[in-house]
Amino acid sequence: MATLNKPKTSLISLASVLLLVLALVLPASGVLNPYVVQILMYVGINMILTLSLNLVNGYMGEFSVGHAGFMGIGAYAASILTVWVLPRAWTPWAFPLVLVVGGLAAAVAGLIVAFPSFRTRGDYLAIVTLAFNMIVKSVLENLEVVGGPRGFLGMPRLTNLFWVTAWVLITVLILRRLVYSNFGRGITAIREDEVAANLTGVDTRRLKLYAFLISAFFAGVAGGLFAHLLQFINPRSFSIIKSTDMLVMVYLGGVGSLAGSLLGATIFTVLMEVLRPLGLWRWVVGPLLLVLLMIFRPKGIMGFKEWKWLREEKVASSQ
Amino acid sequence: MPLLEITGLTHNFGGLRAVSDFSLKVKEGELVGLIGPNGAGKTTIFNLISGVFKVSRGMIKYQGEDITRWPSHRISSGGIARTFQNIRLFKELSVLDNVRLGGYAQHGYNLLQAMARTRNFKIEEERQRQRADSLLARFNLSPYADAPARNLPYGEQRRVEMARALISKPRLLLLDEPAAGMNQSEAQDLIRLIKEIKEDFSLTIILIEHQMRVVVNLCQWVKVLDFGETIASGPPQDIQHHPAVLAAYLGKDGALAEVEAEKATPGPGKVA
Repeated sequence: MATLNKPKTSLISLASVLLLVLALVLPASGVLNPYVVQILMYVGINMILTLSLNLVNGYMGEFSVGHAGFMGIGAYAASILTVWVLPRAWTPWAFPLVLVVGGLAAAVAGLIVAFPSFRTRGDYLAIVTLAFNMIVKSVLENLEVVGGPRGFLGMPRLTNLFWVTAWVLITVLILRRLVYSNFGRGITAIREDEVAANLTGVDTRRLKLYAFLISAFFAGVAGGLFAHLLQFINPRSFSIIKSTDMLVMVYLGGVGSLAGSLLGATIFTVLMEVLRPLGLWRWVVGPLLLVLLMIFRPKGIMGFKEWKWLREEKVASSQ
Repeated sequence: MPLLEITGLTHNFGGLRAVSDFSLKVKEGELVGLIGPNGAGKTTIFNLISGVFKVSRGMIKYQGEDITRWPSHRISSGGIARTFQNIRLFKELSVLDNVRLGGYAQHGYNLLQAMARTRNFKIEEERQRQRADSLLARFNLSPYADAPARNLPYGEQRRVEMARALISKPRLLLLDEPAAGMNQSEAQDLIRLIKEIKEDFSLTIILIEHQMRVVVNLCQWVKVLDFGETIASGPPQDIQHHPAVLAAYLGKDGALAEVEAEKATPGPGKVA
């Protein structure tokens, strides 16, 4: 097996490098027009969000409906850093670090949701996450220092296709390594049967903590990327509507699947762009899609399935 | 020192006393049976031992250590494994993953090592993988390794559950009605299997069972419960003819006198 897997792993690394080079070269070369580049960046940010939410909703089987809250915290934390704290000249180089800080800020908030999840689950935890989302939005609206309901602006446009691609790759890499480890198996065991998981020695509390921390972290990173792409954020960008979009992408692409997350984010983002002429009616599409998915295909396109190159490799330490 | 020592265990569901002043001593290497009509409190006792329910009164000692307040994952990683009356596998996960999850607490790497795919991670993963593979082979499950657990036939699911319980190298195994839903020849196979694994894994076993045949064939000592009370205990041969047992217990088997069994049919009013 070891000999079989080696070329596969190096092929994936090669493809990743190639993707990064393309992400760097293509926008600069002018082959892609700026509009397409913009869409690609949205696709990437949505991929990160969907992967992140899928960890909690798909793999762990909880129902978080407040993920935009984490995204918002990450967006504001990262923006405060680039606008107020760091000297402007440093920001391009410090950008990855800025995103990490945004992610960490969101992860701290992840703790706040993780603790109730020890005691409650299912519908009740969904309500907790909903409340969390509303709290974040209300707090941001009432914080005059960061512009209150008017929003926060002045961020440099640091997000580019290269950084988005890099973070999508990092997210896939980390989550894949998590999922195909003892911890990932434990997280899916929580979804399947929490009591039985506890009785086979799985420390479910610790795993819930890990899952919420990691999930919130990446949602926060996506928030930072989003803020430095739009250069303007306001609390309404992180409302329940945003959370709903993420849910649609997860349940469209497929629960418990990395491939599904990538697919769901791509299809939904492109679809919303194509439907732009519909104007306000466009916003009916997302929720409607969610209703239809829940009725006809609750596991999504790739539910619990994975593309071959994303599946577990047999580890070989000695060979 | 007994391996497991339970004293004065009492548990209520609302106003209903499910277990009342239950005591049990199990020595290393014993195979103890727990029998009684439906709703007698047998599974509740398992749930109390394994930490599913919080113990309100009484004490549970394992290897001389008080485990009464331990969380269930700590109890199971401490060496008490169990199976369930109604099979509780991780249905969407592969058979291999189900078994590997049984050894969750034995994986000697942390989250960061998993993320970095360190050498230690690879060694540990391979070690657990090999353990799981050999257990799958032991239980004739190797062909199913990659299949989702829900796709397996009933008997195979029972064996997966046993493999999952055994991978953590437990010292004490709690079997909750392993012969439920089995016909006679399947039950015979099960009796043989339990005897084998008891030897191979040097286990101490507590068994809940309805089929008298299984109990008589396996257990050295039996406790009989009814309405949470211990009504008799002793070697299975004696228990079969104990008047209190005959009064409370419906023996579906030839092992109990048919007439007495019919007389002792529990009324419809009994609830779990």
